[in-house]
Amino acid sequence: MTYILIFISAVFVNNIVLSQFLGICPFLGVSKKIDTALGMSGAVAFVMTIATIITYIIQKTVLEPFNIGFLQTITFILIIAALVQMVEIILKKVSPALYQALGVFLPLITTNCTILGVAIMVIQKDFNLLESVVFAISTALGFGLALVLFAGIREQLSLIKLPKGMEGTPISLVTAGLLAMAFMGFAGIVK
Amino acid sequence: MNNNSNLKVFLNGFIKENPTFVLILGMCPTLATTSSALNGLSMGLATAFVLLGSNVVISLLKNIIPDKVRIPAYVVVIATFVSVVEMSMQAYVPALYDSLGIFIPLIVVNCIVLGRAEAFAAKNNVLKSSLDGLGMGLGFSMALTMLGSIREILGTGKIFGFTLYSDKYGMLLFVLAPGAFIALGYLIAIMNKLKKA
Repeated sequence: MTYILIFISAVFVNNIVLSQFLGICPFLGVSKKIDTALGMSGAVAFVMTIATIITYIIQKTVLEPFNIGFLQTITFILIIAALVQMVEIILKKVSPALYQALGVFLPLITTNCTILGVAIMVIQKDFNLLESVVFAISTALGFGLALVLFAGIREQLSLIKLPKGMEGTPISLVTAGLLAMAFMGFAGIVK
Repeated sequence: MNNNSNLKVFLNGFIKENPTFVLILGMCPTLATTSSALNGLSMGLATAFVLLGSNVVISLLKNIIPDKVRIPAYVVVIATFVSVVEMSMQAYVPALYDSLGIFIPLIVVNCIVLGRAEAFAAKNNVLKSSLDGLGMGLGFSMALTMLGSIREILGTGKIFGFTLYSDKYGMLLFVLAPGAFIALGYLIAIMNKLKKA
């Protein structure tokens, strides 16, 4: 039951983009087409799950026993940066098809704050390893959901004539606001 | 002449290359921490400090760091300053630290900081880099304070905690998530309009 609650909470109620405000840069940057949105969500899901597992293990086996929690930020960001590089190299060798699909998005992920955000949140919320994995996967799903929905809206939006000042970022932000309003409807399902 | 160009570097971050309104960088903290003017201002100043520190150190080290590992090296420098900010805020202003929460450690991945390190500090001398860091940081603080004030006034009828009108008439929406997106969208639209005029 806990796992289902974590899942629903991360995908709908506390959606990472629309109510936690993490990952806004890729949300605005790669949401012009549904295809790229899907690719980006896939890459994020992949890296986020692995990164959360590794940072969690490092936190529990190195940082906490040696009492060097203050190095958390530095350690995590280095792990994530190294991991992204490694995933890129391994994917290229092992699965060229997957690399073709996700490759261009991988370098962008290091500066995607959702990855570091989730790694830190998991520690703050005191989850165990399995809960952390479920949380990471559902957060990534929530990110994908928001990104794909938004990309669908923007594909339609590009056909419409807009006032000059509203073109580009402003109209995207207002659209995202309306989408966030829709997601507010989920509030209260899970505490 | 030389003074003039330094001043230009400093002022660049305020209007012409304002990180929020023109470069559209660092959107996450911009949206998340501006539920009130005070939160916006303090987030802006924390980022400004990190920007200033990392710009100075990176411009000092730019000839020592090998080109191939420059990004990880920059990230370590930035993360160090972020940890300094994080621990000082936790020690001296715990209430503020709680309300900004996860966004303090996340300054590390704020694209403004890495962006300025790569685009400016790696190419210019210490004086110019520190002015650039300060200008960008203050420009960012200004944008965050503006957005925070607008959301606070519309949402609760207050500014920096002082009541302007009864919060009965406030639109709670602007304090919540959707209001952040909508307010920032219209602010950028106004900026675009002003820039063209």
